[in-house]
Amino acid sequence: MLTGAERRRGIGYGVGSLVGITLFVGIAVAALFSWDAGTASGRLFTAYTWRILQFTLWQAALSTLLSVTLALPVAMALARRPGFPGRIWIIRLMALPMGLPVLIGALGLIGIWGRQGIINSLMLKIGVEQPVSIYGLSGILLAHVFFNLPLAARLLLAALERQPAEYWLLSSSLGMKPLSVFRFIEWPAARRVMPGIAGLIFMLCATSFTLVLVLGGGPAATTLEVAIYQSLRFDFDPPRAIALAFLQIGITAAILIGISLFPNADDAGAIAGRVTRRFDGRTIGTGIWDTLAILLATLFLILPLSSIVFAGMCANLWSLLTSPAFLRAAWTSFTIAITAGLLTILISLAIISAREAIADMKRPGRTARGFSALLGGMSSLVLLVPPVVLGTGWFLMVRPFGDVARFAPLLVAIINMLMALPFVMRVLSPAVETHRRRTARLSASLGISGISKLWRIDLPILARPLLTALSFAMALSLGDLGAVALFGSSDLTTLPWLVYSRLSSYRTNDADGLALILGVICLMLTMLGTAGQREAKHG
Amino acid sequence: MADGILLEKVELKLGTKEFRFDCAIPAGTVTAMTGPSGSGKTTLLNLIAGFETADSGSIRIAGDDVSRKHPSERPISLVFQDNNLFAHLDLFTNIGLGISPSLKLSPEDRKSISQALERVGLGGFEKRMPGTLSGGERQRSAFARALVRKKPVLLMDEPFAALDPGLRLSMANLLLELHKETGNTVLIVTHDPDEVSRLADHALFIDHGRILLQAQAGEFLARRDIPALTEFLSG
Repeated sequence: MLTGAERRRGIGYGVGSLVGITLFVGIAVAALFSWDAGTASGRLFTAYTWRILQFTLWQAALSTLLSVTLALPVAMALARRPGFPGRIWIIRLMALPMGLPVLIGALGLIGIWGRQGIINSLMLKIGVEQPVSIYGLSGILLAHVFFNLPLAARLLLAALERQPAEYWLLSSSLGMKPLSVFRFIEWPAARRVMPGIAGLIFMLCATSFTLVLVLGGGPAATTLEVAIYQSLRFDFDPPRAIALAFLQIGITAAILIGISLFPNADDAGAIAGRVTRRFDGRTIGTGIWDTLAILLATLFLILPLSSIVFAGMCANLWSLLTSPAFLRAAWTSFTIAITAGLLTILISLAIISAREAIADMKRPGRTARGFSALLGGMSSLVLLVPPVVLGTGWFLMVRPFGDVARFAPLLVAIINMLMALPFVMRVLSPAVETHRRRTARLSASLGISGISKLWRIDLPILARPLLTALSFAMALSLGDLGAVALFGSSDLTTLPWLVYSRLSSYRTNDADGLALILGVICLMLTMLGTAGQREAKHG
Repeated sequence: MADGILLEKVELKLGTKEFRFDCAIPAGTVTAMTGPSGSGKTTLLNLIAGFETADSGSIRIAGDDVSRKHPSERPISLVFQDNNLFAHLDLFTNIGLGISPSLKLSPEDRKSISQALERVGLGGFEKRMPGTLSGGERQRSAFARALVRKKPVLLMDEPFAALDPGLRLSMANLLLELHKETGNTVLIVTHDPDEVSRLADHALFIDHGRILLQAQAGEFLARRDIPALTEFLSG
């Protein structure tokens, strides 16, 4: 249906982006390999790396277990109480931690659970001697649960709400007690999605960088990613960093393979508010239980978030906003974010149009099909090589060519682009697919192509998903500390890096204020992107 | 006969399905195409329109070999069952795109768009968006676009299937009127034996990727020696 030229162009774009990404990742990995590989291989399994590997997996496993087990009663309670006051806002609140820069979440958690936080003050008052520590393993677990419990709860809720309405009617007409409803309806529904959810959370926790950097650190509580960073930044011990990087790639590969065996965790539209009526759980006991579960979860989320706001308000926001350090960091962050955002969109569209061109062939050969599969998998294969590893490789690569800080902004933008790619593809690919299904035959038969097609047919429809994707990629880049951590210096300061360095130099007040500003910026970007979606549904 | 649609030994393999079509569709007539689901009706339509290219054989329209041509280079207008209009563009633009894919319209073109809209009973609807129209009005707009395109062949893939029965009748009448005015060659896919008798001069019956019968409409509707056709006609 595409003209020959359109098809060749699409495939050309795809080849170009594939080559580009492969080169970028490949050069980083090759730089790691070629750097004194002999000594690095000897360092692969030392007592040190072994301990870090153990801790990485142990904290990820515990975080996953806690997040999923605690999320289940919350999701069940929300599913059972469609009329719970403010339910829609609680569900929206649960989407918030995902859009929040991790560093800012960490600051909020310190505000609540830290030594001077309200939890520990309360505990002291009622006579508990040993305060909860926000640092070390307990802090890392707390923070991982803060970020992942809402994610798990939303996905589980979606799975529960996907059950046919007749199930609930039937269960109540059969007189099922809550335990039976759980056993025959809720648990089977949750069990199907749980492996996927757990895999996703395990992946996020095993590769978690910022939280461990801020709350962990020290040899007893360090993950691979942070250990790589520390070996380069503080000890400048590249062989150790390389050994750790290979362990990291091995682990992510194993997790990715594990995840691919299970069905995808997806909340596609299910929360959009189909009204289900539930007749079970009308007893006082279940009522109290559900209310408690929802309230505790809400408090757990809302306290750190409000701590960010209150602590931030205490800072002198105006003088922070007008300070040269802030303005310079904001400018750097925005240029990097815009570059990363636009790059992500361009690469995604290139991949999509190449796959479209191949799908359009009547009988694509083995090469074409393999290429299409490769393009489809590429966006997630990028997850295989974590940002810190990419940064490490390129750090070693460009060091001989002079000042690293000169290349750093572009490198950070490209790494951010790779991080955003899988998510942006998930937004754009179905949108383009639907659009194509609706208009391809019509456009072809009328001979609309080239600029005219782009301007009249494609852009008006795809503008919204493109905006969503762009704002998402930009928010991700704006809030990211992982890619910039290796390169951050007085020459290259992004907003998260500024917050982090203020925090490390104990200028907490400034850090709180800056965190609030950054949080608001990221939130506004996300809202801008999703507001378009909601309007589109009405129109 | 030379200026009709001529398919010679057209073969195509899609997945495990094999199609083989040989037929001549006379110019200036309405030919109905029927057959069970999955028999190959839409595939035949796609071959003529250019959305599929044949593995072998040739397709001629008005004597011109179009087998390798892009859909936009074939002298054809199309009406699908659904999604005939770009939902984000108003009717004027939608129909204008039928004249010029880059919307370069002369004053005469603009006048002809308004006239076409009027002809299908949608006079003054230029600025309306497709979403504000009923299903019947959307199909009328597709007819209007076919009018301004002035192509000798009109292919329709179950154009009335989504409409209720009363509307189908009036749309069929409109189609016949337009056909008489323009003298175009119409090929229409339909599931409805009534539509065959109402509209068609000729009819094709397709089953398992082959044309089992091509006949005058009257004869077609009276045939009882092909079990699959009998089953189709008895509903």
